[in-house]
Amino acid sequence: MARIEIDGITKTFGRTPVLRGIDLDVGSGEFLSLVGPSGCGKSTLLRIIAGLTREDRGAIRLAGAGVDHLPARDRDLAMVFQNYALYPHLTVAENIAVPLVMRRLTPAQRLPLVGRRLSGSRAAHAAIAADVARVAETLGIAALANRRPGELSGGQRQRVALGRAMVRRPKAFLMDEPLSNLDAKLRVEMRAEIAALHRRLETTFVYVTHDQAEAMTMSDRIAVMMDGSILQVGTPDEVYADPDDLRVAEFVGSPKINVIAADGPLAVALGLDVARVPDPMGLRLAFRAEAATLVDPTGAALAGPVVHLENFGGDLMVHLAIAAATALVVLRRDPHDPRPRIGETWGLSIRPDRLLAFDAAGQRLRSIVGRAA
Amino acid sequence: MTDMTIASTPAAPIATDRPRRPHEERAAWGLVAPAATLIVVILALPLIVVVALSLTDYQLGAKLWRFVGLANYADLAKDPVFWRSIANTALYAVAVVAGSTGLGLAVALMLQGTGALAPLWRTIFFLPVMASLVAMAIVWEFMLHPTFGLVNAVLGLVGVAPMNWLQNGATALPALAVIGVWQQFGFAMVLFLAGLSGIPTALYDAAEMDGAPSAWARFRLVTWPLLAPVTLFVVVISTIRSFQVFDTVHALTRGGPNKATEVLLYTMYAEGFEFFRTGRAAAIAVVFVAAMLVLTLTKVLVVEKRIPAR
Repeated sequence: MARIEIDGITKTFGRTPVLRGIDLDVGSGEFLSLVGPSGCGKSTLLRIIAGLTREDRGAIRLAGAGVDHLPARDRDLAMVFQNYALYPHLTVAENIAVPLVMRRLTPAQRLPLVGRRLSGSRAAHAAIAADVARVAETLGIAALANRRPGELSGGQRQRVALGRAMVRRPKAFLMDEPLSNLDAKLRVEMRAEIAALHRRLETTFVYVTHDQAEAMTMSDRIAVMMDGSILQVGTPDEVYADPDDLRVAEFVGSPKINVIAADGPLAVALGLDVARVPDPMGLRLAFRAEAATLVDPTGAALAGPVVHLENFGGDLMVHLAIAAATALVVLRRDPHDPRPRIGETWGLSIRPDRLLAFDAAGQRLRSIVGRAA
Repeated sequence: MTDMTIASTPAAPIATDRPRRPHEERAAWGLVAPAATLIVVILALPLIVVVALSLTDYQLGAKLWRFVGLANYADLAKDPVFWRSIANTALYAVAVVAGSTGLGLAVALMLQGTGALAPLWRTIFFLPVMASLVAMAIVWEFMLHPTFGLVNAVLGLVGVAPMNWLQNGATALPALAVIGVWQQFGFAMVLFLAGLSGIPTALYDAAEMDGAPSAWARFRLVTWPLLAPVTLFVVVISTIRSFQVFDTVHALTRGGPNKATEVLLYTMYAEGFEFFRTGRAAAIAVVFVAAMLVLTLTKVLVVEKRIPAR
């Protein structure tokens, strides 16, 4: 359990900058997700924290101590890999035991056959077996102890990989897209399980994912990365409802946030204080699917025909074609409310406190807030 | 075209429950005939002839011969030269297999991921495999020459007295084994390089995170176990190739000095084409083929069944 301080990390592969000065502070015992589209540098950052990749510039501190000079094995971290990286020739129990075998036994004691006959070796091996059994029990894979990874399902391999990480008490857990190879149903189950694991272990977790739903549902805080930079760090509520950048707003949340290009008149019509906008050209407004309601189109600032309905049972998504919007506008409604029909034209009424304004570069304009229309 | 046809046709129906019609029967035999004929003429017939010859006292060029049963084999069993030959072949094989496998693995590990020059090195180390061994044997003969050879010259620099490597009973077989290793390790290297490239790099990352303290520990934890199928394959193949040693012996030592480098195939050659005892040579050939058969079956039954676990 340790705090991770990341200070001005840059990394370039060849001529391609992958990380452009990353500053991040992960609190002790915190669950922090690094989320972003593929190629944003999140996995590279995780590998730099782990010590598997060396940064070009910057510094990492673990529990207050600089670790930049330490190789991965001496940083006292554990990592879960995307493809699990289990040793295919070892059984489940042997896989989980590897971190203990490597750290607790001398090179002589690790030798096959003779190793077990050395003094003190029997006790050390017994202690390792006990720890492995305890972890396997916790993860519900005790019955698989003598199987090899090739005989396991994806979910079982995932548990073995978790077991190998938690059999020690590392300073922090690093997870690199651990659920991305699982099917959708199992992914949702494992999401809850990893979150529960974090609550029980009370250890620092750094979790890399491209799936914003994983980040939203599991994290204490989320760092949204794009093009080698961190755009925003905040709680799931903050990045969802109060994004700093249009790219954050668009990346987080499902369905995707609705964006409309709003020049002067439309902004006024939506009740925005346009006088305070330095450059009204390129102003963009965004709102979540649940932040607007359907109203009578006459006199509405935004109106358009319903082109598609998606019924999820608990939610009804209404897709409207609205001229000013960059894509179809999606609204979330209760399916038990009266339903609009495809082809009908409806107006939109957006909750002014949920209307987010961004400038041409995508930066949030917090000074402009909507008034009740 | 063919691929598409195969892909779009749901599993070709093989009617096993229906008796084949006569024209189908004829067509089937007709289609199999060319390959079957070749197998019989090229492989089966010569083998049968050799086995038959081994049961006679036939001598090359002789007009008369008679059936002697297993007498040739009984003679071989009592012949110290034959047993010496088997022992030498086995010693040679053990040395060459261990040497070429070990050296091949070591070179492969060094060449792995060495960037732009790796293909050049790979080609250089692979050259002996493709070179004509008889020609290379002449080169080695010069290198090992007792008075002006390179080997003695270099050893002389560190104060080792010159030796007549190929004419000394204690060094002749080891010298041939060194040449065998030199010739074969490139083959092992290529296979090991292929095997190494198949090991997921994430496993090395995992070994690093799991605290493997040294390169040796990572080798023991990841590389060696994951190369096991390749290693087994290399060992079997180079055993087969080592048993076939003949050209260096023929070019450099002719089985001498004093039978020190007498190996199975050379003994067979000497019996058949120097002493013209064809029946006896055929018996040695049968023993040799039996040994090859055992090794090949090992390869098929053990090695090819072991698909590397991923």
